[in-house]
Amino acid sequence: MLREYATDAMSEFLEMGGYAAFVWPAYGIVIVVLAGLLLVSLHRLRRNDAILTGLEAAHPRRRRNATAVSEPAPPSAPEIAGTDR
Amino acid sequence: MPLQGYANPAQFQRLARIILPWSAGVTAVSLVVGAVLALLLSPPDYQQGETVRIMYLHVPAAWMGLFIYTSMAVAAAVGLVWKHPLADLYCRAVAPVGAVFTALCLITGSLWGKPMWGTWWVWDARLTSVLLLFFLYLGYIALVNAFDDPTRGERAGGILLLVGVVNVPIIKFSVDWWNTLHQPASVSRLGAPAVYHTMLVPLLVMTLAFMAYYLTIAIIRLRAELAGRRIQTLRLLMIGGDWVAPPPRPAPRVEISDHDPDAMAQRHGPAAWTATTTLNHPHSQAAAPVIPRS
Repeated sequence: MLREYATDAMSEFLEMGGYAAFVWPAYGIVIVVLAGLLLVSLHRLRRNDAILTGLEAAHPRRRRNATAVSEPAPPSAPEIAGTDR
Repeated sequence: MPLQGYANPAQFQRLARIILPWSAGVTAVSLVVGAVLALLLSPPDYQQGETVRIMYLHVPAAWMGLFIYTSMAVAAAVGLVWKHPLADLYCRAVAPVGAVFTALCLITGSLWGKPMWGTWWVWDARLTSVLLLFFLYLGYIALVNAFDDPTRGERAGGILLLVGVVNVPIIKFSVDWWNTLHQPASVSRLGAPAVYHTMLVPLLVMTLAFMAYYLTIAIIRLRAELAGRRIQTLRLLMIGGDWVAPPPRPAPRVEISDHDPDAMAQRHGPAAWTATTTLNHPHSQAAAPVIPRS
Protein backbone atom coordinates (compact mmCIF):
# COMPACT_ATOMS: atom_id res chain seq x y z
CA MET A 1 0.00 0.00 0.00
CA LEU A 2 2.70 2.38 1.03
CA ARG A 3 4.93 1.06 -1.75
CA GLU A 4 2.12 1.58 -4.26
CA TYR A 5 1.68 5.12 -3.09
CA ALA A 6 5.43 5.76 -3.36
CA THR A 7 5.55 4.26 -6.86
CA ASP A 8 2.60 6.38 -7.95
CA ALA A 9 4.17 9.54 -6.55
CA MET A 10 7.44 8.67 -8.24
CA SER A 11 5.90 8.01 -11.64
CA GLU A 12 3.80 11.13 -11.34
CA PHE A 13 6.95 13.10 -10.60
CA LEU A 14 8.75 11.55 -13.56
CA GLU A 15 5.82 12.27 -15.88
CA MET A 16 6.08 16.02 -15.15
CA GLY A 17 2.40 16.54 -15.95
CA GLY A 18 2.92 15.14 -19.44
CA TYR A 19 5.88 17.39 -20.20
CA ALA A 20 8.59 14.88 -19.26
CA ALA A 21 9.97 15.00 -22.81
CA PHE A 22 10.81 18.70 -22.35
CA VAL A 23 11.62 19.14 -18.66
CA TRP A 24 14.01 16.21 -18.19
CA PRO A 25 16.12 16.80 -21.32
CA ALA A 26 16.50 20.45 -20.24
CA TYR A 27 17.88 19.41 -16.83
CA GLY A 28 19.95 16.58 -18.34
CA ILE A 29 21.61 18.76 -20.96
CA VAL A 30 22.44 21.51 -18.46
CA ILE A 31 24.03 19.06 -15.98
CA VAL A 32 25.99 17.16 -18.65
CA VAL A 33 27.27 20.30 -20.38
CA LEU A 34 28.28 22.09 -17.16
CA ALA A 35 30.02 18.96 -15.80
CA GLY A 36 31.76 18.41 -19.13
CA LEU A 37 33.03 21.98 -19.26
CA LEU A 38 34.34 21.65 -15.70
CA LEU A 39 36.17 18.39 -16.52
CA VAL A 40 37.71 19.80 -19.69
CA SER A 41 38.89 22.92 -17.82
CA LEU A 42 40.36 20.89 -14.94
CA HIS A 43 42.15 18.59 -17.38
CA ARG A 44 43.67 21.55 -19.19
CA LEU A 45 44.86 23.14 -15.93
CA ARG A 46 46.51 19.89 -14.79
CA ARG A 47 48.20 19.39 -18.16
CA ASN A 48 49.54 22.96 -18.29
CA ASP A 49 50.76 22.77 -14.69
CA ALA A 50 52.57 19.50 -15.45
CA ILE A 51 54.24 20.94 -18.58
CA LEU A 52 55.28 24.05 -16.68
CA THR A 53 56.75 22.06 -13.80
CA GLY A 54 58.67 19.95 -16.31
CA LEU A 55 60.04 22.99 -18.15
CA GLU A 56 61.13 24.73 -14.98
CA ALA A 57 62.74 21.56 -13.59
CA ALA A 58 64.59 20.78 -16.82
CA HIS A 59 66.06 24.27 -17.20
CA PRO A 60 66.42 25.88 -13.80
CA ARG A 61 69.40 27.94 -15.04
CA ARG A 62 67.44 29.39 -17.91
CA ARG A 63 65.31 31.84 -16.01
CA ARG A 64 68.16 33.51 -14.18
CA ASN A 65 70.50 33.71 -17.15
CA ALA A 66 67.93 34.82 -19.67
CA THR A 67 67.77 38.37 -18.37
CA ALA A 68 71.46 38.60 -17.44
CA VAL A 69 73.09 37.40 -20.68
CA SER A 70 71.14 38.12 -23.83
CA GLU A 71 71.66 41.69 -24.96
CA PRO A 72 68.17 43.25 -25.24
CA ALA A 73 66.87 41.87 -21.96
CA PRO A 74 63.64 40.01 -22.65
CA PRO A 75 60.75 41.69 -20.84
CA SER A 76 61.00 40.65 -17.18
CA ALA A 77 61.15 36.89 -17.64
CA PRO A 78 58.27 34.58 -16.88
CA GLU A 79 57.29 35.94 -13.47
CA ILE A 80 54.55 38.10 -14.96
CA ALA A 81 53.54 36.13 -17.97
CA GLY A 82 51.49 37.93 -20.55
CA THR A 83 52.60 41.45 -19.78
CA ASP A 84 55.11 41.67 -22.59
CA ARG A 85 53.40 43.56 -25.30
CA MET B 1 49.22 52.11 -13.27
CA PRO B 2 47.22 51.84 -10.07
CA LEU B 3 45.19 48.80 -11.08
CA GLN B 4 48.19 46.56 -11.50
CA GLY B 5 49.01 46.86 -7.82
CA TYR B 6 45.66 45.35 -6.89
CA ALA B 7 45.51 42.34 -9.16
CA ASN B 8 48.82 41.11 -10.46
CA PRO B 9 49.08 37.42 -11.35
CA ALA B 10 50.89 36.45 -8.13
CA GLN B 11 48.20 38.08 -6.02
CA PHE B 12 45.53 36.44 -8.15
CA GLN B 13 47.04 33.01 -7.48
CA ARG B 14 47.02 33.66 -3.73
CA LEU B 15 43.42 34.88 -3.78
CA ALA B 16 42.33 32.03 -6.07
CA ARG B 17 43.68 29.43 -3.65
CA ILE B 18 41.52 30.90 -0.87
CA ILE B 19 38.35 31.35 -2.94
CA LEU B 20 38.35 28.08 -4.91
CA PRO B 21 37.29 25.61 -2.15
CA TRP B 22 34.52 27.97 -1.02
CA SER B 23 33.13 28.61 -4.48
CA ALA B 24 33.24 24.88 -5.28
CA GLY B 25 31.41 24.09 -2.04
CA VAL B 26 28.75 26.75 -2.60
CA THR B 27 28.26 25.45 -6.15
CA ALA B 28 27.66 21.88 -4.98
CA VAL B 29 25.31 22.79 -2.13
CA SER B 30 23.27 25.42 -3.98
CA LEU B 31 22.97 23.22 -7.07
CA VAL B 32 21.47 20.37 -5.03
CA VAL B 33 19.21 22.67 -2.98
CA GLY B 34 18.20 24.57 -6.12
CA ALA B 35 17.35 21.37 -7.99
CA VAL B 36 15.23 20.05 -5.10
CA LEU B 37 13.40 23.38 -4.81
CA ALA B 38 12.91 23.66 -8.56
CA LEU B 39 11.81 20.09 -9.25
CA LEU B 40 10.01 19.09 -6.05
CA LEU B 41 9.03 21.94 -3.78
CA SER B 42 7.99 24.70 -6.19
CA PRO B 43 4.42 24.58 -7.52
CA PRO B 44 3.49 24.08 -11.16
CA ASP B 45 2.43 27.24 -12.95
CA TYR B 46 -1.32 27.78 -13.29
CA GLN B 47 -0.93 28.39 -17.02
CA GLN B 48 2.25 26.58 -18.02
CA GLY B 49 1.99 23.55 -15.74
CA GLU B 50 5.17 21.63 -15.06
CA THR B 51 7.09 23.19 -17.94
CA VAL B 52 7.66 26.23 -15.75
CA ARG B 53 10.43 24.20 -14.07
CA ILE B 54 12.55 24.82 -17.16
CA MET B 55 12.56 28.48 -16.11
CA TYR B 56 14.87 27.69 -13.18
CA LEU B 57 17.58 26.78 -15.69
CA HIS B 58 16.65 29.01 -18.60
CA VAL B 59 16.55 32.36 -16.79
CA PRO B 60 19.80 31.94 -14.78
CA ALA B 61 21.58 30.71 -17.92
CA ALA B 62 20.41 33.83 -19.78
CA TRP B 63 21.56 36.08 -16.93
CA MET B 64 24.95 34.35 -16.90
CA GLY B 65 25.34 34.79 -20.65
CA LEU B 66 24.70 38.53 -20.31
CA PHE B 67 26.74 38.91 -17.13
CA ILE B 68 29.81 37.13 -18.52
CA TYR B 69 29.70 39.15 -21.74
CA THR B 70 29.42 42.43 -19.83
CA SER B 71 32.29 41.45 -17.52
CA MET B 72 34.40 40.56 -20.57
CA ALA B 73 33.66 43.94 -22.15
CA VAL B 74 34.71 45.72 -18.94
CA ALA B 75 37.86 43.61 -18.77
CA ALA B 76 38.59 44.33 -22.44
CA ALA B 77 38.34 48.07 -21.75
CA VAL B 78 40.68 47.70 -18.76
CA GLY B 79 43.05 45.62 -20.90
CA LEU B 80 43.09 48.14 -23.74
CA VAL B 81 43.46 51.22 -21.55
CA TRP B 82 45.72 50.08 -18.68
CA LYS B 83 47.38 47.03 -20.27
CA HIS B 84 46.36 45.06 -17.24
CA PRO B 85 48.10 41.66 -17.38
CA LEU B 86 45.09 39.63 -16.27
CA ALA B 87 42.30 41.46 -18.10
CA ASP B 88 42.89 39.98 -21.56
CA LEU B 89 43.66 36.55 -20.16
CA TYR B 90 40.35 36.72 -18.27
CA CYS B 91 38.42 37.37 -21.51
CA ARG B 92 40.22 34.53 -23.26
CA ALA B 93 39.61 32.16 -20.33
CA VAL B 94 35.89 32.78 -19.78
CA ALA B 95 34.64 33.31 -23.36
CA PRO B 96 33.83 29.57 -23.83
CA VAL B 97 31.96 29.57 -20.49
CA GLY B 98 29.82 32.50 -21.65
CA ALA B 99 29.18 30.76 -24.95
CA VAL B 100 28.12 27.60 -23.11
CA PHE B 101 25.67 29.46 -20.84
CA THR B 102 24.18 31.29 -23.83
CA ALA B 103 23.82 28.01 -25.72
CA LEU B 104 22.14 26.43 -22.68
CA CYS B 105 19.78 29.39 -22.53
CA LEU B 106 18.85 28.88 -26.18
CA ILE B 107 18.46 25.10 -25.83
CA THR B 108 16.36 25.22 -22.66
CA GLY B 109 14.33 28.05 -24.18
CA SER B 110 13.68 25.91 -27.20
CA LEU B 111 12.59 22.98 -25.01
CA TRP B 112 10.25 25.36 -23.20
CA GLY B 113 8.99 27.04 -26.34
CA LYS B 114 7.92 23.86 -28.10
CA PRO B 115 5.20 22.85 -25.60
CA MET B 116 4.16 26.43 -24.68
CA TRP B 117 4.41 28.37 -27.94
CA GLY B 118 4.12 25.39 -30.25
CA THR B 119 7.45 26.06 -31.89
CA TRP B 120 11.14 25.38 -31.19
CA TRP B 121 12.21 28.71 -32.59
CA VAL B 122 10.85 32.03 -33.84
CA TRP B 123 12.77 35.02 -35.18
CA ASP B 124 11.50 37.10 -32.31
CA ALA B 125 13.54 40.09 -31.12
CA ARG B 126 14.58 38.53 -27.82
CA LEU B 127 15.52 35.17 -29.31
CA THR B 128 17.39 36.69 -32.23
CA SER B 129 19.38 39.10 -30.07
CA VAL B 130 20.40 36.25 -27.74
CA LEU B 131 21.45 34.20 -30.78
CA LEU B 132 23.55 37.21 -31.82
CA LEU B 133 25.15 37.18 -28.35
CA PHE B 134 26.07 33.53 -28.90
CA PHE B 135 27.67 34.40 -32.25
CA LEU B 136 29.56 37.29 -30.62
CA TYR B 137 31.10 34.80 -28.20
CA LEU B 138 32.04 32.46 -31.06
CA GLY B 139 33.40 35.37 -33.09
CA TYR B 140 35.54 36.52 -30.18
CA ILE B 141 36.96 33.02 -29.64
CA ALA B 142 37.75 32.62 -33.34
CA LEU B 143 39.29 36.10 -33.65
CA VAL B 144 41.50 35.77 -30.56
CA ASN B 145 42.90 32.46 -31.80
CA ALA B 146 43.49 33.69 -35.35
CA PHE B 147 46.76 35.47 -34.50
CA ASP B 148 50.17 33.92 -33.92
CA ASP B 149 50.93 36.63 -31.38
CA PRO B 150 48.38 36.15 -28.59
CA THR B 151 48.52 39.77 -27.42
CA ARG B 152 47.59 41.02 -30.90
CA GLY B 153 44.68 38.59 -30.96
CA GLU B 154 43.52 39.83 -27.59
CA ARG B 155 43.64 43.44 -28.72
CA ALA B 156 41.50 42.67 -31.77
CA GLY B 157 39.15 40.57 -29.64
CA GLY B 158 38.86 43.35 -27.08
CA ILE B 159 37.66 45.76 -29.72
CA LEU B 160 35.09 43.23 -30.90
CA LEU B 161 33.86 42.85 -27.32
CA LEU B 162 33.48 46.60 -26.90
CA VAL B 163 31.60 46.98 -30.17
CA GLY B 164 29.37 44.01 -29.36
CA VAL B 165 28.39 45.38 -25.96
CA VAL B 166 25.68 47.40 -27.75
CA ASN B 167 23.81 44.10 -27.99
CA VAL B 168 23.46 43.80 -24.20
CA PRO B 169 20.85 46.57 -23.70
CA ILE B 170 19.14 45.42 -26.89
CA ILE B 171 18.65 41.98 -25.33
CA LYS B 172 17.49 43.46 -22.05
CA PHE B 173 14.94 45.84 -23.53
CA SER B 174 13.94 43.81 -26.60
CA VAL B 175 10.83 42.58 -24.78
CA ASP B 176 9.76 46.18 -24.14
CA TRP B 177 10.79 47.77 -27.44
CA TRP B 178 9.24 45.18 -29.70
CA ASN B 179 6.06 43.22 -29.50
CA THR B 180 7.72 39.90 -28.90
CA LEU B 181 6.42 36.39 -28.37
CA HIS B 182 8.87 36.19 -25.45
CA GLN B 183 7.34 37.35 -22.19
CA PRO B 184 8.57 40.59 -20.60
CA ALA B 185 10.74 40.74 -17.46
CA SER B 186 9.13 39.53 -14.24
CA VAL B 187 12.00 39.63 -11.74
CA SER B 188 14.14 42.67 -12.50
CA ARG B 189 11.63 45.45 -12.88
CA LEU B 190 10.69 48.56 -10.99
CA GLY B 191 8.78 47.70 -7.85
CA ALA B 192 8.39 44.17 -6.54
CA PRO B 193 9.04 41.17 -8.78
CA ALA B 194 5.93 39.73 -10.35
CA VAL B 195 6.91 36.22 -9.27
CA TYR B 196 5.51 34.59 -6.16
CA HIS B 197 8.19 33.66 -3.61
CA THR B 198 7.65 29.91 -4.03
CA MET B 199 9.02 30.38 -7.54
CA LEU B 200 11.34 33.30 -6.87
CA VAL B 201 13.37 31.49 -4.18
CA PRO B 202 14.29 28.45 -6.35
CA LEU B 203 15.13 30.83 -9.19
CA LEU B 204 17.48 32.84 -6.99
CA VAL B 205 19.09 29.70 -5.51
CA MET B 206 19.74 28.35 -9.02
CA THR B 207 21.21 31.73 -9.97
CA LEU B 208 23.51 31.53 -6.95
CA ALA B 209 24.53 28.01 -8.04
CA PHE B 210 25.35 29.21 -11.57
CA MET B 211 27.29 32.20 -10.23
CA ALA B 212 29.33 30.02 -7.86
CA TYR B 213 29.95 27.53 -10.67
CA TYR B 214 31.11 30.39 -12.86
CA LEU B 215 33.47 31.74 -10.20
CA THR B 216 34.96 28.26 -9.74
CA ILE B 217 35.44 27.55 -13.42
CA ALA B 218 36.71 31.07 -14.15
CA ILE B 219 39.47 30.62 -11.55
CA ILE B 220 40.39 27.19 -12.94
CA ARG B 221 40.49 28.43 -16.53
CA LEU B 222 42.34 31.64 -15.73
CA ARG B 223 45.00 29.64 -13.89
CA ALA B 224 45.32 27.36 -16.91
CA GLU B 225 45.69 30.42 -19.17
CA LEU B 226 48.39 31.89 -16.91
CA ALA B 227 50.30 28.61 -16.91
CA GLY B 228 49.91 28.37 -20.70
CA ARG B 229 51.27 31.89 -21.17
CA ARG B 230 54.25 31.08 -18.96
CA ILE B 231 54.97 27.89 -20.89
CA GLN B 232 54.97 29.94 -24.08
CA THR B 233 57.34 32.55 -22.60
CA LEU B 234 59.75 29.86 -21.36
CA ARG B 235 59.77 28.11 -24.74
CA LEU B 236 60.43 31.38 -26.57
CA LEU B 237 63.33 32.16 -24.22
CA MET B 238 64.67 28.68 -24.83
CA ILE B 239 64.81 29.29 -28.56
CA GLY B 240 66.19 32.82 -28.45
CA GLY B 241 68.35 32.71 -25.33
CA ASP B 242 71.28 30.73 -23.99
CA TRP B 243 69.89 27.31 -24.71
CA VAL B 244 72.84 25.13 -25.68
CA ALA B 245 72.09 22.77 -28.53
CA PRO B 246 73.94 19.43 -28.36
CA PRO B 247 75.75 19.12 -31.75
CA PRO B 248 77.89 22.12 -32.80
CA ARG B 249 76.95 23.35 -36.24
CA PRO B 250 78.85 25.69 -38.55
CA ALA B 251 77.56 28.95 -40.06
CA PRO B 252 75.42 30.22 -41.76
CA ARG B 253 73.51 31.20 -38.73
CA VAL B 254 70.79 33.73 -38.28
CA GLU B 255 69.91 34.84 -34.81
CA ILE B 256 66.63 36.24 -33.65
CA SER B 257 67.48 39.85 -33.06
CA ASP B 258 66.09 43.33 -33.06
CA HIS B 259 68.24 44.24 -36.06
CA ASP B 260 66.73 44.17 -39.48
CA PRO B 261 68.92 41.97 -41.68
CA ASP B 262 67.60 43.44 -44.91
CA ALA B 263 68.47 46.99 -43.85
CA MET B 264 71.95 45.85 -42.77
CA ALA B 265 72.49 44.05 -46.04
CA GLN B 266 71.50 47.16 -47.98
CA ARG B 267 73.98 49.34 -46.10
CA HIS B 268 76.93 47.00 -45.78
CA GLY B 269 76.34 44.15 -48.18
CA PRO B 270 75.08 40.70 -47.24
CA ALA B 271 78.39 39.57 -45.69
CA ALA B 272 78.40 42.37 -43.10
CA TRP B 273 75.18 41.17 -41.57
CA THR B 274 76.40 37.64 -40.95
CA ALA B 275 79.75 38.87 -39.62
CA THR B 276 78.35 41.44 -37.18
CA THR B 277 75.67 39.17 -35.80
CA THR B 278 78.17 36.37 -35.31
CA LEU B 279 80.70 38.63 -33.59
CA ASN B 280 78.28 40.63 -31.50
CA HIS B 281 76.31 37.76 -30.18
CA PRO B 282 77.36 36.75 -26.65
CA HIS B 283 77.25 33.09 -27.57
CA SER B 284 79.21 33.30 -30.78
CA GLN B 285 81.68 30.79 -29.39
CA ALA B 286 79.07 28.37 -28.15
CA ALA B 287 77.05 26.36 -30.55
CA ALA B 288 73.80 28.18 -31.07
CA PRO B 289 70.89 26.54 -32.79
CA VAL B 290 70.21 27.45 -36.37
CA ILE B 291 66.88 29.16 -36.53
CA PRO B 292 65.44 29.62 -39.95
CA ARG B 293 63.74 32.97 -40.26
CA SER B 294 60.17 32.47 -41.25
